[in-house]
Amino acid sequence: MDVLMLSRLQFAAATMFHFIFVPLTLGLSILIAFMETKYVRTGDEVYLKMAKFWGKIFLVNFALGVVTGITLEFQFGTNWSRYSAYVGDIFGSLLAIEATAAFFLESTFIGVWHFGWKKLSPKAHATVAWLVAGASNLSAIWILIANGFMQDPTGYVIRNGRAELTDFVAVITNKWAWLEFFHMIPAALCLAGFFLMGVSAWHLIRKSEVHFFQKSFNIGVTVALVFSIVTAVEGHIHGNNMALKQPAKLAAMESHWETQTNAPMYLLVVPGEDGNHVEALPIPGALSFLAYNDFNAEVKGLNDIPKEDRPPIKITFLAFRTMVGIGSLMPAIALLGWVMRNKLDKIPLYLKILPYCIPLPYIAIWAGWTLAEVGRQPWIVYGLMRTSDAVSPVGAGEVTFSFVLMCALYTLLGAAGIWLMIKLAKKGPEDHSPIQV
Amino acid sequence: MENLIEIGSLHYYLAMIWFVLWGVLWIVYFILDGFDLGVGSLMPFLAKNEVEKRTILNSTGPFWDGNEVWLIAAGGVTFAAFPYAYAQMFSGLYTALMLLLFTLIVRGVSFEFRSKVEHDGWKKLWDTAHAVCSFLPALLLGVAFGNIFQGIPLNEVGFSQAGLFGLLNPYGLAGGVLFVVIFLMHGALWLTIRTTGDLHERAERTAIRLWPVVVVLTVLFLAFTAVNTKLFNNYMVYPILFVILLMPVAGLVLMRVYLGAKKYWMAWGASCLYIGGTALFGIIGIFPAIIPSNPNPANSLTIMNSASSELTLEIMLGVAIIFVPLVIGYQFWAYKTFATPIEEHDLHY
Repeated sequence: MDVLMLSRLQFAAATMFHFIFVPLTLGLSILIAFMETKYVRTGDEVYLKMAKFWGKIFLVNFALGVVTGITLEFQFGTNWSRYSAYVGDIFGSLLAIEATAAFFLESTFIGVWHFGWKKLSPKAHATVAWLVAGASNLSAIWILIANGFMQDPTGYVIRNGRAELTDFVAVITNKWAWLEFFHMIPAALCLAGFFLMGVSAWHLIRKSEVHFFQKSFNIGVTVALVFSIVTAVEGHIHGNNMALKQPAKLAAMESHWETQTNAPMYLLVVPGEDGNHVEALPIPGALSFLAYNDFNAEVKGLNDIPKEDRPPIKITFLAFRTMVGIGSLMPAIALLGWVMRNKLDKIPLYLKILPYCIPLPYIAIWAGWTLAEVGRQPWIVYGLMRTSDAVSPVGAGEVTFSFVLMCALYTLLGAAGIWLMIKLAKKGPEDHSPIQV
Repeated sequence: MENLIEIGSLHYYLAMIWFVLWGVLWIVYFILDGFDLGVGSLMPFLAKNEVEKRTILNSTGPFWDGNEVWLIAAGGVTFAAFPYAYAQMFSGLYTALMLLLFTLIVRGVSFEFRSKVEHDGWKKLWDTAHAVCSFLPALLLGVAFGNIFQGIPLNEVGFSQAGLFGLLNPYGLAGGVLFVVIFLMHGALWLTIRTTGDLHERAERTAIRLWPVVVVLTVLFLAFTAVNTKLFNNYMVYPILFVILLMPVAGLVLMRVYLGAKKYWMAWGASCLYIGGTALFGIIGIFPAIIPSNPNPANSLTIMNSASSELTLEIMLGVAIIFVPLVIGYQFWAYKTFATPIEEHDLHY
């Protein structure tokens, strides 16, 4: 394998692993802050117990998210040095601002939150929880603005043999970035909702801590219902913008070959390299409508896009279908739970299945990012720089060594971390839980 | 590498300011992460039982995460202010940096993992990982910066020809050893602040024993620097700059004086002064290069050929002026709130 492919694999592995933990951090931090606020307002001990119990799981998750995030920032320099040199003027400053304005806040106050149960008043502690939640989500804004630049570059000029910043406001108000943000944060909340539902259901079947887990379930199911719908609706708007800006991604994710008006969407497609092997069950005009909100709009097909400008079709296509499939299923699961939330003992099968639904939002989010990043290929910055021009001139041996080591290390840590989170989740809350280091 | 900046322009002064800020970020990082790396490396030698192990981990627990962000910020600012230097430094030091990252990753999770399972083997595993992965980053950072002070063999496009084993030259290794010992001292002093009883006595004795080692190594390293690197060139041109050496010297002396007087916070503060002064001495020595080239100085990555555009440096400066004081403010508050001597009942909250 050449350095380019190795570096792409390494970056994919590093980001995907990082993203096992990030969405739960984003979503759960908000829910924990909410629980603590409820405790301060009502004085009901159950909310304090909740914040501590979910907080324990949160901390394990947070640690893995933080340490794997460092790798990403450094990888731009180690594996993609020509990219860093070419767009560092814009991209580097966004990462630096993320560290200075958001990440410091998050990392300083997670320590305060973790160790401050005795030292701070409940009110101050709840404030710290909001600071952590706010800073985590503020981090996401800056990272997505950086990704938005890669997807739809704006506010720059090519000068001195590189992209130089000309309009900072254009960079930070990039429509793509904000559509991504409002798609990602609800998705993270939906994931946190499913996490609460799944763990709570596991305990409710076993009749352990019923009051505690009924309350947790209710928070989870409400959040999951609202935000699974918000994510889907916002995703459609995001898709409209994408269709305008990246027609190749649209064509690849639908495996759509012929440029046509009133383009149909086939429910059953088996994509090939030069056309589809199978196309069946068309919904007339659906693709035109999805892309442009107009049944008669023209949708560009892959045949009109040069081969060297096409993203990998099968991966992009599968990622999109997976995301949309799970995204359609989740509101239904949440709606059933919400309608039956006070009569859960009537639907034991539902409760039994729920813990196994926890991976669903995770898979949907991974699929979404796969669509975003693989679908952007062959560009690292859309229309401006090709991925093949971005890679570092390092030896394949060095990359192989670090890639193998990274995969081994991540697998071990990830397995240990997930095992630990499951263990903590099954253990349930303690009345006077000593949080240990 | 061609120059991107006109001398005397606003761009030029902005780039100068960013060089200073870049140096400050690295200095703060060494001062802050230095003590928790040192504490982690000392743990197997100082802790005699479970309570003492937990006390040692708790002494840095609330802070390590906030400390490590200074590394992210230093990396991010290198990327933002001097993208060419960032690209070449990070790809040129590829394997060394990857190892640094992996060790920091293992260390970070070991804080969170160890006490979540009541099993001796599990705890032992993470304690060992914590100690090894505190020691190695100290060593690797020292090796990396030793090589930067000495200069890295760069070709005409500024790309490093060193490789991992090229970095393990005598001077690079000397830098590694010096960093490790300095961080051990810094960590021992931190423990004197945060512990009581037997553990406190042991930490204090360790600091007292380490002090002459730090003094001797500092002198040796300076001598090695004088004969082996061009770091003193700037000082020869402007001898007044030698005043900076008063910082580490004063830090060294005060460290021992305050330790003798049992003023532990002051002793740790003196250690901060020493680390800051030592790093500052090196950073002023490499000016105007961010990554000096050795043997061919013409290939150096400097302020002039690596800096970002004027607009980026301006915006970044605005961000720094607003946020850096804020960060220092709330981190200071966190230290004030949590850096008290740990009693056994504090291990449960």
